[in-house]
Amino acid sequence: MNGFLLVDGILLLLVTVTAVAAVVVRNLLSCAMLLSIYSLLMAIVWVNMDSVDVAFTEAAVGAGVSTVLLIGALVHLGTEEAPRPRIHWPGLATVAATGALLVYGTLDMPALGDAGAPVHVNPVARAYIRQDAPKAANAPGHGGAGHGSGKEAHHGDYFHGHVPNQVTAIIVSYRSFDTMFETAVILTAGLSLILLLRAAPRAREGAP
Amino acid sequence: MKDQAILRIVTKLCVPFILVFGLYVITHGELGPGGGFQGGVILASAFVLYGLVWGGPAMREILPRKVTDVAACLGVLIYAGVGTYCMAAGYRFLDYTPIKPSDPGGAEAWGMTLVEYGVGITVSSVMVTIFNEMTEDPPAAAGPAPRA
Repeated sequence: MNGFLLVDGILLLLVTVTAVAAVVVRNLLSCAMLLSIYSLLMAIVWVNMDSVDVAFTEAAVGAGVSTVLLIGALVHLGTEEAPRPRIHWPGLATVAATGALLVYGTLDMPALGDAGAPVHVNPVARAYIRQDAPKAANAPGHGGAGHGSGKEAHHGDYFHGHVPNQVTAIIVSYRSFDTMFETAVILTAGLSLILLLRAAPRAREGAP
Repeated sequence: MKDQAILRIVTKLCVPFILVFGLYVITHGELGPGGGFQGGVILASAFVLYGLVWGGPAMREILPRKVTDVAACLGVLIYAGVGTYCMAAGYRFLDYTPIKPSDPGGAEAWGMTLVEYGVGITVSSVMVTIFNEMTEDPPAAAGPAPRA
């Protein structure tokens, strides 16, 4: 039996159990812990699929910081969930419909590791996969001094990204506008939080 | 939690290593897995860990609010500044070539590195800010926090 399939099967089982437990459990602290475990398991799933960058993010953000922030919020809110009906039928119907749609969407996706998948035959992806020289290397044929002010032809070497990590190359070179405004979004989130939650200096001085 | 010796010592041992690892992830984002975002979160988690064990005020003595506020904006400024510099040098916005015109490949790598530093600075500062603002007791004017 395929080893990856076996590991994936076990992980799928664990992820499902953790997700269901996170919904069912009444204590919010346990819920935060279960969500952290869920993120850690998902990180292992991503590693199993060779998407290390996603796994890194999942482990650092999902299992690390977001858990700490949830616990920080629970300090103020208390750890017991308010009583509620066991099953919220409209919510369940919405979640089931969304899940069914997502599963339906995956039917069109190519198989895992399919060499003919669109992402592998796309010229952009090919350009990135080909140019995996180390960043110190000044190999001839990659760019060179001939790269002008964007008016010249690029001879199929448009990206000349001498960066081994193709994910980074795509994120901060090919899609650098996108990443810049993502960073701006993070800054905006921080600023909104400061405006909403930070007490004004005058109010803090006036507090007993 | 600072009265627990094991927690305190383990935290003091861990924090420098987490900081170094976070810096490593930011600076090697273009070589290995990770990047500005992940490294920034790891950097922030070191401060958050310190704040959890020693308390928010102790953490803010090391990393005052002013520093995180300025750094959060500085990161975006670095990112946009690199792009604007490229544009001022006669290239397109965020076309990294003018950073090292003799070697566009190296310029690309340098541009990516600088931009990743910007992302890392912003992300780590904002994460620390979120921790600061969420774990602090609400101001007295809003009434005491309901505790279970």
